[in-house]
Amino acid sequence: MKNKFKLSIGLMVAALAFTSCNNSSSSKGALGSSIAEKVYIAPGEHDSHYAFLSGGYSGNLLVYGLPSGRMFKEIPVFSQFPTNGYGYSEETKPMLETSYGFIPWDDSHHPDISQTNGELDGRWIFINGNNTPRIARISLTTFETEEIIEVPNSAGNHSSSFITENTEYVVAGTRFSVPVPQRDMPINEYKGNFKGALSFISVDPDHGHMDIKFQVLMPGFNYDLSHPGRGKSHGWFFFTTYNTEEANSLLEVNASQNDKDFIAAINWKKIEEYVNNGGGTMMPANYAHNLYDEATHTGTSTMKKEVRVVNPSEVPGAVYFLPTPKSPHGVDVDPSGEYIVGNGKLSANLTVHSFTKMLDAIEKERFDGEAYGIPILNFEDILAGSVEQAGLGPLHTEFDGQGNGYTTFFISSEVVKWKLGTWEVLDRKPTYYSVGHLTIPGGNSRKPFGKYMFAMNKITKDRYLPVGPEMEHSAQLYDISGDKMELLLDFPTHGEPHYAAAIPAEIIKGNSKKFYKLAENEHPRKATTGAETKVVREGKNVHVYMTMIRSHFNPDNIEGVKVGDKVFFHVTNLEQDFDVPHGFAVIGANNAELLIGPGQTRTLTWEPKQVGVWPFYCTDFCSALHQEMQGYVRVSPADSDIELSWSLGE
Amino acid sequence: MKKAGIIMVIGSLLLLGLFKFPLWNIMLGAPQYPDPLGMNIYIDGIQGVKEFDLQNIDGLNHYIGMKTIPKPEEMWEFSVFPKVILGMAVLGVLIGFLGFFEKLNYKFFLGWFLLMSVLGVAGMYDFNNWLTDYGGNLDPHAIIKVTMPDGSPMSYKPPLIGYKKLLNFDVDSWPHLGGYLLFVGMALTLVAFWIGRKATLKRVK
Repeated sequence: MKNKFKLSIGLMVAALAFTSCNNSSSSKGALGSSIAEKVYIAPGEHDSHYAFLSGGYSGNLLVYGLPSGRMFKEIPVFSQFPTNGYGYSEETKPMLETSYGFIPWDDSHHPDISQTNGELDGRWIFINGNNTPRIARISLTTFETEEIIEVPNSAGNHSSSFITENTEYVVAGTRFSVPVPQRDMPINEYKGNFKGALSFISVDPDHGHMDIKFQVLMPGFNYDLSHPGRGKSHGWFFFTTYNTEEANSLLEVNASQNDKDFIAAINWKKIEEYVNNGGGTMMPANYAHNLYDEATHTGTSTMKKEVRVVNPSEVPGAVYFLPTPKSPHGVDVDPSGEYIVGNGKLSANLTVHSFTKMLDAIEKERFDGEAYGIPILNFEDILAGSVEQAGLGPLHTEFDGQGNGYTTFFISSEVVKWKLGTWEVLDRKPTYYSVGHLTIPGGNSRKPFGKYMFAMNKITKDRYLPVGPEMEHSAQLYDISGDKMELLLDFPTHGEPHYAAAIPAEIIKGNSKKFYKLAENEHPRKATTGAETKVVREGKNVHVYMTMIRSHFNPDNIEGVKVGDKVFFHVTNLEQDFDVPHGFAVIGANNAELLIGPGQTRTLTWEPKQVGVWPFYCTDFCSALHQEMQGYVRVSPADSDIELSWSLGE
Repeated sequence: MKKAGIIMVIGSLLLLGLFKFPLWNIMLGAPQYPDPLGMNIYIDGIQGVKEFDLQNIDGLNHYIGMKTIPKPEEMWEFSVFPKVILGMAVLGVLIGFLGFFEKLNYKFFLGWFLLMSVLGVAGMYDFNNWLTDYGGNLDPHAIIKVTMPDGSPMSYKPPLIGYKKLLNFDVDSWPHLGGYLLFVGMALTLVAFWIGRKATLKRVK
């Protein structure tokens, strides 16, 4: 009895302790909910999410941390990057080859992370080059561009690069319709003659290697954005269109006449089956496929000469048009795959189609006419609902996995949270200013991680200290874990981010490579020991097989080079430790420097034009003796008979 | 004596752990090395804790003129130590068995322990000599020469056991699993001695 009494007192004390604990935490409420605390990552701590923001007209991809908004890296993709020599070194120049020759720049828009079973698997990230149509694959272990494939018959590669839920395909649609094949013809004969190619690029499940499996040659509309079906709608792909008027001039007026444009629903599984059975036509083409080999540290470019095209009329039942009001921009599919959201950018409402109703209408053949032989479904038959008067100029929608959609409104400059199924608006928050895309980690997959959302804005104006007429763009991070969105942070971005993909850090951070193993280096002109260093003349070409390690080059004295020679510095970084790159720069180089990762080999070409003794040095402050890490090349007159010689420490 | 014999055998067998696990471990951490570099000292050679640790330690040490970490063939110890350990383990097991069958006096257990202790101290002495040479016998053309306040050249000798600050490095030197097994094994032979002694004295009474 006494014991029981003691026990109950004990429980009471414990209960008191708990309540007082609760009290104290709620009395700290103001501090507990401090916004600064929510984005503060203490020095040395890691962010909880990676965010990959496209660089827009920088052509690259940027890596940020959330919630801090700190930038970690700029990954060069479609643009030359003198910072590390990408696109300048002999190994990386092939990555930027196209059928138009070497292209030093592009406009990158929509990164998308690879998926397995509709969930982010964090193996690769894909991104489109908009201007000279290409798709790139970037490794999420090395965070380097591994592959770029050019997309033929395409122009303005904008409805790209979105992947299917098992990364079967990365899909690239053309924004501008063009003559297919290209030919000399009057522009005003556009209507009925131009085509819009939607490309399904298969992704090898082991290596990620890309290959264009087929292109669907659609009517000459503008294919603006796209997203895959998922879950129940897996096997379908949805593309928004505008300019169904097929205007070829003053589109801002002439392409805004139809009350409704279309979302094109493509049953890619059906077309895949058709193609696997030999369907489609191999068409002559010319497009580059550039592949980087991690073992040789070298990219190679090969030209492909044909592509398989499929006319939608060849595969009945594979393509349908879903009427959607007012020149829809983004098309987004909710995590269940049931709802297809059309963001009619000239509208105040959001149109949501039902996948189930779409299948039902197709089965009952309830069509409202056709366009170029493609059945048009009846708007009312497939409508799931619409979010009324949500804002002005809806562009893009993401999902939190809790049954809510979040849509950006460019004109009214806000993000609006609304409920799937009831279509009621739950919350709205302003953005600064004129938001384009927004991103929720995994927000376009079966499994979103609905804690953060960030909006990427087109206009910055007064958000930061003024830096002249040209400013970087701005992004805002919101906490979306509560009923109402909470603005946490403003952070400047680089270039013009369009879309971004984000992922919980733990999925990929353990895979990040620390250095390249020298033992696995298969570069044909590597030097991995002092004994392998040499200088070899092949006619006018001089090949320097050089090593670098803290804190010297080997060799660091080279003689016998002549004016008119072309000197190839093949430099291997012998370090085998995390974050010990070395740089290589030589006076008067007409290209860039090299930044060489541990275990990596890179080649810089140098064409000496003047007689003299010219220095080279390490550009990355690598060690206490970094300033000593230098060397000389003696350049003699073209008719000199000085033999090649090289040395270190003599 | 049966119990004592078994304990003696077990204690001696624990020495064999040294063929699998490191005797000693030295870790080097610094601001630039949040993930410290480390070497594991086995009875037959020194290995990096991570694949390239030895290479990176050597890379750093070249600035201060230290010799590279010896390869197994560069030190006689790494061929002799395994033989000594194997010999002592066999001897201990033999003594244990003979004790178990009452063919031997418990004092042999103590004898083995004392012999092992002498060898161990000799080993530590030798190890310490190597550390002193490794840390103090520097290349006169070293890139960085650091002198003590009294003008003598700084020694980079890692501590035989414990912690020491060497320039920017925090150096920790402690026994590793093989070393602990050795100590436990030796302690068990001492226990075997006490139990054997107790059992023998009881019988004599």
